[in-house]
Amino acid sequence: MNHDLKTALNQGLISCHSCHLLCRSAGPDTIMTCPRCGTRLHRRKPNSIRRTWALVVAAVIFYIPANVLPITVVVSLGQAQSDTIMSGVIYFIHSGMWPIALVIFVASIFVPILKLIILIFLLISVQRKSSWRQKDRTRLYRITEVVGRWSMVDIFVVTILVALVKLGGLASIQAEYGAVFFCAVVVITLLAAMSFDPRLIWDTEESLNE
Amino acid sequence: MQPLIACHDCDLIQRLPRMTEPGTVQCTRCGAVLHQKKRNSIERTLSLTLAGLVLFGLANSFPFLAFKLEAQVRQTTLLTGIQELYAQGMPELSLIVLLTTVLVPLAQMISMLYILLPLKLKKIPIGLPAVFRFVHKLQPWSMMEVFMVGILVSVVKLAKMAKIVPGIALFSFLALIFVLAAMSASLDSHLIWEKWENRR
Repeated sequence: MNHDLKTALNQGLISCHSCHLLCRSAGPDTIMTCPRCGTRLHRRKPNSIRRTWALVVAAVIFYIPANVLPITVVVSLGQAQSDTIMSGVIYFIHSGMWPIALVIFVASIFVPILKLIILIFLLISVQRKSSWRQKDRTRLYRITEVVGRWSMVDIFVVTILVALVKLGGLASIQAEYGAVFFCAVVVITLLAAMSFDPRLIWDTEESLNE
Repeated sequence: MQPLIACHDCDLIQRLPRMTEPGTVQCTRCGAVLHQKKRNSIERTLSLTLAGLVLFGLANSFPFLAFKLEAQVRQTTLLTGIQELYAQGMPELSLIVLLTTVLVPLAQMISMLYILLPLKLKKIPIGLPAVFRFVHKLQPWSMMEVFMVGILVSVVKLAKMAKIVPGIALFSFLALIFVLAAMSASLDSHLIWEKWENRR
């Protein structure tokens, strides 16, 4: 089915990732810049698979302290109570605010895990040069690109709580290290999604040996 | 002859149709958006950028939220949380929040102004490619709309405990999110690159 499809790669062309001008490749080892906008040209994002794997593994490691360590400590009239991401969700469920509980659960727990699973799945399928449902896998990639930023909600909640609740001995809220790890997970998964090149999904044997 | 383009998501080469009406061109193989033609792109994006800068000024100079518990009132601005995180020994966190909610959106708006104002006056700004690339690089790191959801969650969380009073800055911030979204939606990147290509 793919036999008559021309890609930039099998035609010896490079698409500028910044201005999308189609340029003729000068050979595999030549460093080229786009004649229109001056961006360095790459056939594919450099070291895409290795970089993405490294970032995914880092995110998985950081995900553990992000969920185990508290993200905030509330000090009220001498009593301190620390909260993790999950205990925040449980608090909202117990107080009957399940829509908010759902927002936090989806943004902070579901989305990061989903994103990591999708990226690992895409990496493995690309390494096996699979030609299985390429369009759907490209769509999965686009989902990881769009959805990742929403995980920052919890970090912003911490920022606002810390700003507002500062009433001396009466009540105050402090940020804790879980928030730093969680923020790192979000930033690293964003970078991982950026370093993955969806064109690799389409680089199967048949399309390369055109 | 219409230009050839390679899809940025699947690398398929295809011919871009000539477009006279606003609309979207999608990749025939993977469905990625290849080109969006907008009506009056430069004028609209420029005016939204200017509106955005005004709202940004308002959002950063007026009270954002106030927190009332018994006789105590705590007044905050947009930057209070960032300062507070820094004071609590969380400089990394403070920096990320500062970048994603203040510095990146501001840098984006200033860069757009730098590109669009000369283009509107039929001039080509110096270093357009570098500045425009910078705008695209910043795009994923502007997270004001996510911050808004954060505000919503915090207000609900604190509503039982105390009274929350919204300030002018909060409403400016809310408007700014829509203006920024409209700004990126009305931008036609191909048009900007075409102007640069035909500069002489």
